Amino acid sequence: MTIHRDRVFLARGLTKIYPMGEIQVQALRGVDLELFAGEFVVLLGPSGSGKSTLLNILGGLDSPSSGAMQYGGRDLSVYDDAELTRYRREHVGFVFQFYNLIPSLTARENVALVTEIARNPLPPEEALTLVGLADRLDHFPAQLSGGEQQRVAIARAVAKRPEVLLCDEPTGALDVQTGVLVLAVIDRVNRELGTTTVVITHNAAIAAMADRVIHLSNGLIARIDHNAQRQAPHEIVW
Amino acid sequence: MRALDRKLWRELWQLKGQAIAIALVIISGVAIHIMFGATLDALRQTRARYYQDYRFADVFASLKRAPESLQARIAALPGVAEVETRVVAGVNLEVAGFTEPITGRLISIPDTREPRLNRLYLRQGRLTAADRSDEAVVSEAFAEAHRLEPGAKLRVVINGRRQTLTIVGTALSPEYIHQMRPGSIFPDYRRYGVLWMGRRALGAAYGMEGAFNDVVMGLANAHAAPKVIDELDRLLTPYGGLGAHDREDQSSHRFMTEEFRQITLSATLFPTIFLGVAVFLLNVVISRLIGMQREQIGTLKAFGYGNGAVALHYLKLVLLIVLVGVAVGVGVGAWLGQALAALYMDFFRFPFLNYRLTLPLVLSATLLNLGAAVAGTAFALRAAFALRPAEAMRPEPPVRYRATVVERLGLQRWLSQPNRMILRHIERRPLKSLLTVLGIALACGITMVGRFQEATINHMVDVHYKLSQREDLAVTFVEPTSWRAIGSLDSLPGVERVEVYRAVPVRLRFEQRSHRTTLKGVPPGGDLQRLLDADLRRLTLPSEGVVLTDYLGQLLGVQPGNRLIVEVLEGGRPVREAPVVGLVKEYLGVAGYMDLAGLNRLLREGPAISGAYLAVDDRDRPELYRRLGEIPRIAGTAIREQEIRNFHQTMEQTMLFFTFIATLFAVIIAFGVIYNSTRIALTERSRELASLRVLGFTRGEISYILLGELGLLALLAIPIGFGIGRAICAVFVNGAQSELYRIPLIIHPSTYAFAATVVLISALLSGWLARRKLDRLDLIAVLKTRD
Repeated sequence: MTIHRDRVFLARGLTKIYPMGEIQVQALRGVDLELFAGEFVVLLGPSGSGKSTLLNILGGLDSPSSGAMQYGGRDLSVYDDAELTRYRREHVGFVFQFYNLIPSLTARENVALVTEIARNPLPPEEALTLVGLADRLDHFPAQLSGGEQQRVAIARAVAKRPEVLLCDEPTGALDVQTGVLVLAVIDRVNRELGTTTVVITHNAAIAAMADRVIHLSNGLIARIDHNAQRQAPHEIVW
Repeated sequence: MRALDRKLWRELWQLKGQAIAIALVIISGVAIHIMFGATLDALRQTRARYYQDYRFADVFASLKRAPESLQARIAALPGVAEVETRVVAGVNLEVAGFTEPITGRLISIPDTREPRLNRLYLRQGRLTAADRSDEAVVSEAFAEAHRLEPGAKLRVVINGRRQTLTIVGTALSPEYIHQMRPGSIFPDYRRYGVLWMGRRALGAAYGMEGAFNDVVMGLANAHAAPKVIDELDRLLTPYGGLGAHDREDQSSHRFMTEEFRQITLSATLFPTIFLGVAVFLLNVVISRLIGMQREQIGTLKAFGYGNGAVALHYLKLVLLIVLVGVAVGVGVGAWLGQALAALYMDFFRFPFLNYRLTLPLVLSATLLNLGAAVAGTAFALRAAFALRPAEAMRPEPPVRYRATVVERLGLQRWLSQPNRMILRHIERRPLKSLLTVLGIALACGITMVGRFQEATINHMVDVHYKLSQREDLAVTFVEPTSWRAIGSLDSLPGVERVEVYRAVPVRLRFEQRSHRTTLKGVPPGGDLQRLLDADLRRLTLPSEGVVLTDYLGQLLGVQPGNRLIVEVLEGGRPVREAPVVGLVKEYLGVAGYMDLAGLNRLLREGPAISGAYLAVDDRDRPELYRRLGEIPRIAGTAIREQEIRNFHQTMEQTMLFFTFIATLFAVIIAFGVIYNSTRIALTERSRELASLRVLGFTRGEISYILLGELGLLALLAIPIGFGIGRAICAVFVNGAQSELYRIPLIIHPSTYAFAATVVLISALLSGWLARRKLDRLDLIAVLKTRD
C-alpha cells in the first residue's frame, strides 16, 4: 500500500465544455489533480460528474477547453493530434466499459493489434495468460462471455507495458462474480507491473481497492479519500 | 499477416454482399468504357493501316470518256504522286436461283501489274488473267451472300449484252469497306456487288480501248486536294467530267466517317455516363460504409494508431474491391469489345482487324475508379478523423429531429407513428436522402438509354417507308432518259402505278458552306413519294425553288428565303441559283427536292427523268423482275421491303447489341445501388430497430420503418430518373445526328415502364434480402453492445 511519490500527472484548472446536441455541457469546471507512479486511483461519482471526461483527457483521447494537463512534466493540452497519438501509443492502456474489441479479430489478434505498434510489448499470449485466458487465444469476441471479453480488453491494454492504465467502468456491463474477476486482473496488473491505474466507477464498493479515491461531483473534485489498507478484490461485495 | 490486415480480410468477407454489388457497378462502368474504347481504337487503327497498306486513293473522278494520253497530264499536276486510270460501269447481275434484281459495279484492274492505288486484298483464288475476257474477281461480301466460290459462274448484262463470267477470286478493296449501292444508306450484300475485271476485257466491252472513264490519284500531300481537284476538273470538263472529289466525298469513306463519328459519340457518351454513375455511387457507398466504422476508427486511434495507418487500412479495403472490379471489368469489356468489333467487321469489310487493348484505355478506367474510391474514402475518413477519439467512440448524440414539413402543414393526423419516423428520418439527413434518391434516379435513367432506341427505330421506319417512300420498287436508269420511258414501264406485268423522278448529282453552296448531294425532281401530286413537313403532314412542292431535308438545311445553315448556288455535277456542269422554299422532315439520308418541271427548267433540259417509283402487284413480281433485268437502260432496281429489312438488320446488328449490353449493365448498376442503399440503411439503423422490437414492435412493423423509407425514396427517384434518362437520350440523339440518319427523341411509354420496373424490382429484391436480415436481428446482442 505504498504511495509512490513520483508524480506522473499534474492537472491545473482543467475545464471542458462540449456541445451535446443543442445544449452545451460543462463537464469539468476547474479540476486540480496529481497522480503518482504506481498508485491505484478510483474516480467515483454519479453519471455526469465529469469522471469520464477527466479520464479521456488523462488518456489523450480529448483535450481540455482550458487549463493544463501535464504528463511527466510535459503539457498534453498543447499536443497536436500526431503527438497525442504517439502519447497514447507509447504510454497509455485503455479499458472501456463496452470492451471495444474488434469483432473480426480473435482474442490473440485483438491484443496483437496493439503489440504490433508498441516498442517493448509483452507477447500477446503472455498478456492473455496474465488475465487468465491462455486457453481462449483463438476465440472471436462473439464466442467469449462479457467477463472474458473485458479480460481480453485488459490484456490488450497492458500488453504494451503502459505507464498508465485507464479503465472506464470496466465492470459496468458485468455481473458481480465476473466483475470481481476483472477487478482482480486489474489489481494484479497494478501490483505486478507497477502500472499507474485509474478506474472510473460509480460503484462505491470498488473504491475499497484503491490507494486513493477521488470523488467527483458536478465537474469538480468534491473530496479525496486515502485508504489506509487496499482491499483485495475478492473481499469486495456489492 | 498483421492483425490489421486480418481485420481487413475478415471484414471484406462480412461485407461480401455489398462488396460484390459495388464491384458489379464498377465492372459495368469499366466494361462499357473498355468495350467501346477498344472497338473504336480497333476500327480506327484498322482503317488507317488498311488505307496505307492497300494505297487508298486521295482524289477520285468520273468522266464520260477520255483518251489514255490524258493520264500523263493528270500525273503532271502539282501535288499528284500516283495516277491510276480505270474503266468503271454499272451492271445488272444474275445469280442462279436468286430471282430478285441485283445490281453491281464493274471496275477494271491493270492486266499485267498490281493496281497502283486501291489495291485488292485477295481473300480466295487469284486475280484475272490478262488474256481472259470472261473472268472476274468479286467482292467478298457479295460472294459470301450468295455462297459463290472461285469457279462459280455469274451472268451479267454488259453494255446490253448478256455474258457469263467465271469467278476466279474473291477480294476486298479499301474503296469498298462500306459497300453500298449508290443512293442507298445501308449495305445489301445480296443485291449489290462489286466486280473487278481485266482492263483490256472491260475496255473492249464498253468501247474504252485506249480510253478511261474513271481516274483515282494518290497525293504527295493530302492538303493539296482542293487545288488538285480544281485543276483536274478543268482538265476533265471537255471529257464529260462529273466532278472530282477527295476522300471526304468518297461514298465508302464518307459513310464510314459518319459511322465512326457515331461510334465515337457512343464510345464517349455511354462510358462517360456509365462510368460517371458508377464512380458517383462508389463514392457515396464507400463514404457511408466508412462512416459506419466511426467507432472502430475511434478505438484504433485510442490505441495509438495514427491517421495515416487508419486511412491506409480503409484504403486497402476499398482498393481491393475497386481493383477486382476494374480487373474483371477490363476483362469483360475486352471480350465484349471483340464481339462488337466482329459485328462491325460485317458492316465494314476489312480484311483484318487490329484489335488490342491499349494502355491509356485501361489506365483511364483504372484511375477514374481509383480516384473516385479514394475520394469517397478520404471524404468519409476526414469526417471520422475530425473527431477526438473520445467523441468517435461515443454513440452519436441524438440528432435534432423536428416536425416534418408534412406535419407542419397540419397533416400529422393522417400519419401513423411509423410513417412519421420515416418522414423525419428522411428530413433529418436531407443530403443523405438526396444522394440516395439521386443514385437511384441515375440508375433509373441509364436503364432508359439502351432501350429507347428500339421504339425510335420503328418510328423512323414507319415515317420513312410508310409515310414518305411508299413505292414497292424503285428503278434507276443508266442515264437521264426521256418521259417516254414511262410508257414502257407502264406496260410491264403487275405495274399498277408509275411515278417518275429526276435525280441530279449536285454540290449545293450557301455562303462558305457546301454539300455534295442529290437534287431530286418530283412530279406534282405524286402518291408514292411524299414529302413531309415538321409535323409529318404532306407537303406540296411549289413549282419553283428547292426544298431541303431539314438536316441538310442545318448543315448548310440556310432558311427558307435564302438563295442556294446549285453546281450540277453532270453533263455540262452548269452552275445555277435557286431559292430555298421549304424544309422537309426526313430521318434517313439527305437530299434537295424540286418540282420535276421546275428542275428540268433549272437545268435547261427537256423533260428528262432518272428513274421511277413503281407500285406493283405482288403476284407478278418474279415476272416483273425478269423483265426489268432485260431492259439495258435500267441500271438498278431497289425493293422497298428489302430496304426496310436492310435498315432493320443494320440497326439490329450494331445498335441493338449495344442496347442489350447497355441495358444489362444499367440493370446491374440499378440493383447495385439500391441493394447497397438498403444494406447501409440496415446496418446504420439495426440498433434502433432492435430497440423497437424490444419495445414490442413486430418484425413487420420494423421492416416497414426501414423499407418504407427506402420505398419512398425509390418512388421519389423514379420520376427524377425519367427526367435524367430523357436528358441523356436527348444528348445522344443530338450527337447522333448524321447524314445517314437522324434519330428522333421519342421515348415510348414502355421504356419508362421498363426503367420504373427495374427500380421497383431491385427495391423489392433488396427489401426482401434486408427483411431476412431484420428477421434474424439478434436483439440481445444489439442492445448489449453499443452500436
